[in-house]
Amino acid sequence: MSNMISFFVTSIFSFVVYLLLTAGSGSVLRLWSSQEIMAGAVLGLITGFAARKFFCSQRQSAPLNPLRWITAVLYVIGPFFIEMAKANVDVAYRVITGRIRPGIVRVKSGMKTDLGTLMLANSITLTPGTLTVGIDEETNDLFVHMINIPEGTEARESLEAREVFSIFNCPAWIRRIAE
Amino acid sequence: MILNVLIWAALLIGLFFNALGVIGILRFPDVYTRLHADTKATTFGSIFTSLAVMLYGVSQFFSTTDGQYAALVFHTIIAVIVLAVTNATGAHAIARAAHKRGHGPNPSVVDRLKETSK
Amino acid sequence: MTIWIFSVLVMVALMLLAMIRLFKGPTSADRVVALDAINTLVVAAMIVLGVVFKQIIFIDVAIIYALLSFVGTLYISKYLGGEL
Repeated sequence: MSNMISFFVTSIFSFVVYLLLTAGSGSVLRLWSSQEIMAGAVLGLITGFAARKFFCSQRQSAPLNPLRWITAVLYVIGPFFIEMAKANVDVAYRVITGRIRPGIVRVKSGMKTDLGTLMLANSITLTPGTLTVGIDEETNDLFVHMINIPEGTEARESLEAREVFSIFNCPAWIRRIAE
Repeated sequence: MILNVLIWAALLIGLFFNALGVIGILRFPDVYTRLHADTKATTFGSIFTSLAVMLYGVSQFFSTTDGQYAALVFHTIIAVIVLAVTNATGAHAIARAAHKRGHGPNPSVVDRLKETSK
Repeated sequence: MTIWIFSVLVMVALMLLAMIRLFKGPTSADRVVALDAINTLVVAAMIVLGVVFKQIIFIDVAIIYALLSFVGTLYISKYLGGEL
């Protein structure tokens, strides 16, 4: 049963991507030609059959919920983009002055699913002065390379995920999206 | 007219951050710090140059109502999403490989990953 | 229109600068970092070239280039990490 659901979700997702890529080809809604829509539907069904096991497996039902997609879009254009802009100003400052104090610290992730860990790792990589190097497979802890470790932090065993971000509580957002 | 100024601004910001990323690659002392410059600055700069292309597409779409320009905007959005996701994951893979190969961070004040893998 | 061509030229100059690190890089990981930066710049330049030549196919090629260069980076990293 849930196999059927993941098949349909994957099909619809690839159909939408196909429509985005062929927009401007004809006159239906001023954007698509009917041949392109038909070809997209057939290709979407084939892709859905081939990729249903990878795109959303039975263990992870989070991608099926459309509310989470809206939260994800809000997260990317809101807190995430601001954090990323701040990260770039920070990197610009360090490129110009060369003032760095690098090292690798352990960060408790607190995520239960693989998707949550992936999103947290990618968010950490693109935000202020931090870069994910490795994952502790048992505890899901992340090893994060920081370009500028604050004085005194290097003596601590591990950091909370909240402390890596500066303005917003990104881990809470990711938990809302992925778990 | 305002849109033209915005396009110029986005392009120049993008070029500035791309340049900073490349200078950072040349200037920083080890693999990890270079990765910082690479992933953050060039991804952000490319997002801004793409944003300029999107603004151009939107302005042309509203003045000519040609579907081709809508296609330009959609394709650029997909390219930006692909770029952001793949760059972050690729940086993670490079950092992991460098650490497995035994290139520790140098200079560094602390290396928790090395302590646990021993 | 000249601003677009100007920015493509700047990006090509930046690619040449990044190639210094590609040749010099003391370790192979440094070379991969430089290659990754060059790939990102190629994608950005291709998107801008799509406007210069008014051809959307440039942006399609940029999407595929981004995906394939990502796969290439992953394979080189796996090889360097000794997992292949």
